[in-house]
Amino acid sequence: MLSDSTRTNAVTSGSADLRTEEMLLNMGPQHPATHGVLRVLVRTDGEVVLDCEPHVGYLHRCFEKHCESVTTLQSVLYTDRLDYLTAMGNNWGFCMAVEKLYGPELVIPERAQYIRVICQELNRIASHLLAIGTYGMDVGAITPFLYCFREREKILTIFEHICGQRLNYNYIRPGGVAYDVDDAMLALIKDFCGYFLPKVDEYDDLLSGNDIFVQRTANVGVLSAKLAIDYGCTGPVLRGSGVPRDLRKDQPYGIYDRFKFEVPVGRGERGSVGDCYDRYMVRVREMRESTSIVQQALKGIPAGEIRSSKIKAKVRPPKGEAFTRIENSRGDLGFYVVSEGKEVLYRVKCRAPSFHNIAVLPEISRGSMIADLIAIIGSLDIVLGEVDR
Amino acid sequence: MNRASIVADVRKAFGERITEVDEAALEPFIRCEPATWPELARFLKDRCGLDMLVCLSGIDRGKGVGLEAVYNVERCDAQRAGIAVKIRVPYEDAVIPSVETVWRTADWHEREAWDLLGIRFAGHHNLVRILCAEDWEGHPLRKDYKSPDRYHGIKNNVV
Repeated sequence: MLSDSTRTNAVTSGSADLRTEEMLLNMGPQHPATHGVLRVLVRTDGEVVLDCEPHVGYLHRCFEKHCESVTTLQSVLYTDRLDYLTAMGNNWGFCMAVEKLYGPELVIPERAQYIRVICQELNRIASHLLAIGTYGMDVGAITPFLYCFREREKILTIFEHICGQRLNYNYIRPGGVAYDVDDAMLALIKDFCGYFLPKVDEYDDLLSGNDIFVQRTANVGVLSAKLAIDYGCTGPVLRGSGVPRDLRKDQPYGIYDRFKFEVPVGRGERGSVGDCYDRYMVRVREMRESTSIVQQALKGIPAGEIRSSKIKAKVRPPKGEAFTRIENSRGDLGFYVVSEGKEVLYRVKCRAPSFHNIAVLPEISRGSMIADLIAIIGSLDIVLGEVDR
Repeated sequence: MNRASIVADVRKAFGERITEVDEAALEPFIRCEPATWPELARFLKDRCGLDMLVCLSGIDRGKGVGLEAVYNVERCDAQRAGIAVKIRVPYEDAVIPSVETVWRTADWHEREAWDLLGIRFAGHHNLVRILCAEDWEGHPLRKDYKSPDRYHGIKNNVV
């Protein structure tokens, strides 16, 4: 406890006595603002971040090793745990790589294709809702978080009806999907889309136009397009820097070439292109586009089979190697699979978008304030489940 | 620019030093020796404009073959033209030159391949484990890897 006279001295004696020195600060691995078990080693000078280094691996659970010891069908279950906020996308990404091994003779039934798109886009909305909700909370706005979770809950309820699970779906399987969706469910999804679109405007009122939020995020953590590409950033992080790359447009997989949608990019509307605000706005706009895709898919969904008969109950991919990618909520999710024609794959490598997106953190946070570092980590929207695998 | 023209350009510039080209494979690739790789990487980035290293996968090909690194590189534009480069090294001398100065992505990816497969990337500024604990022994994705019985007094119950 400082005596009163000392305290007065410290306050009144001016900057000469208030010397600052460099300090190493461990942020995490248990920290509310790191969105998981991420440890960031920060070198600070007062409130300024001189340098920082993310340390990952706290959640490493040998996903790739697991895939070499369980069957292909069982591996789908492990993919759920990668980016646990977009498990539909993980299932799809992995199944797409396996399906590629079967060659062009394998045709995924139309109905399954539509169900996949509907589930993936609903899941993208759910994931972005969590991203912007918690992002608001990172910079001090609690109300939007509650609003976002209210809508996310509705999507999770839809998923619960479709496949019995709220987070780890294990729903998309090689050759199709696990269960069919009934008409009542499709009507519920249609109702949700109508209900959801006005809600996005509500978020705009609450958060996007909020002066405090803009001040905390505009011109903070500016990521240039060149740097983003050099670090392999994808998804909203890359698009926030003004690069309109979206695999759904560039290399349409599944049936994405049938839908009309825009690819939102950062425009620097409140600050400069590639700042935290741009990354946030890309996510908000993507939710509108995803809703539109779901609505279009609901109009076109045909009746019919939901699983290809070409893939038997024992999934035994033909010998070969395949690398496929899908546009997941956080960027390009890729799987490199090597099969020797057995039930168990020889090697599975997962290219996780968050693994690349978090690597760019030191570059964009040097020289910022510690409080801004929180805003920057939040804007990258990482999921440690797929960083550490 | 598409894959065929990239392969043609590389072949023209490197000739015999590209040891294998397979464009008919499910995942078309070119192969080179580790010594050629830094020059080829620069060529792919600067001349062919393949500015994004999408993925680096390490694979243990088994006894008699060795370890392999697969680099998926592409051009970050609407066409997304790209190519896979495969490099094979023997177990006893598993060294590939690092390309972290060509694509920054390679930094963490090379650390991961070192951690899980034990491929050494010569010239990497900080080649330490990234996913496993610092004091972990062995490289888990090697096919001859044996899981330890104990780790810091924690018993391994998995048979």
